[in-house]
Amino acid sequence: MAINREYLGRTFPAGEPYEVSRVKIADFADAISDPNPVYRDRSAAQAAGYADVIAPPTFAIVITMTGSARAVGDPGLGLNYAMVVHGEQRFEYSRQIVAGDVLTAQVTISDIRDAGRNVMLTTQTEIRTVQGEHVCTAHSTLVERGGAG
Amino acid sequence: MSYDEVQAGTELAPASYPATRLSLVKYCGASGDFNVIHWNERIARSVGLPDVIAHGMFTMAQAGRYVTDWAGPGAAVVEFGVRFSSMVVVPDDDIGATIEISGKVEEKLDGNRVALALTARSADTKVLTRARAVVRLP
Repeated sequence: MAINREYLGRTFPAGEPYEVSRVKIADFADAISDPNPVYRDRSAAQAAGYADVIAPPTFAIVITMTGSARAVGDPGLGLNYAMVVHGEQRFEYSRQIVAGDVLTAQVTISDIRDAGRNVMLTTQTEIRTVQGEHVCTAHSTLVERGGAG
Repeated sequence: MSYDEVQAGTELAPASYPATRLSLVKYCGASGDFNVIHWNERIARSVGLPDVIAHGMFTMAQAGRYVTDWAGPGAAVVEFGVRFSSMVVVPDDDIGATIEISGKVEEKLDGNRVALALTARSADTKVLTRARAVVRLP
């Protein structure tokens, strides 16, 4: 099934806010084998100038995916997820994600284009606190192998 | 690392990070990305992949660790982008794959910011291209 190009430019409403917990950050840091104490130890984080433990930079993908799942998982888009690999990823941070943040992710499908036999889908995700403070913008390009047409 | 002690053109010491099947299972759970190609060899092969492959974001996370380890406490990553140019294939043995990361201070920017150019290789193939981080240093 070909991807539905009518989804280009569509913005998906942010879902339920995501509350960032210390335990989740520590789990993520364990999963990427990063022993940095600022991801686990509140006093180490405070010594580095933060209110609480911070998240590794790429933790922003967890919040991004809470939003982008609504887009890429929309059956109307027609993306075959087993054929999907990640093409590009870029983050622009206003600040680090800190334990206790309550964040929302609003996703827009910013580009759909063919690249040879593949189709490339780019999303832009705005991560903000529920108070509206900008934390991070994520640009993600997914490649559906063999999906062109 | 402080902004004043950084010089443009300086090469950073390279580092190696392992990626095993266990790493990928843990990363699935921690990230919420359960795409079958990261844990199911049967389906990975059936969709034309050589074997189970690592999440691109796992590789990017290793590059992120490389940057934050270099920058040290008090620094902040303000921009971080990569292109996933090749897959990190993770065989079902006790060794897995190795991701080798190196970097260079590309440019000193205003506002105590420094741009780093990064490279990542696995099995002699470049797995990240156009990998760049901008870090604000104390």
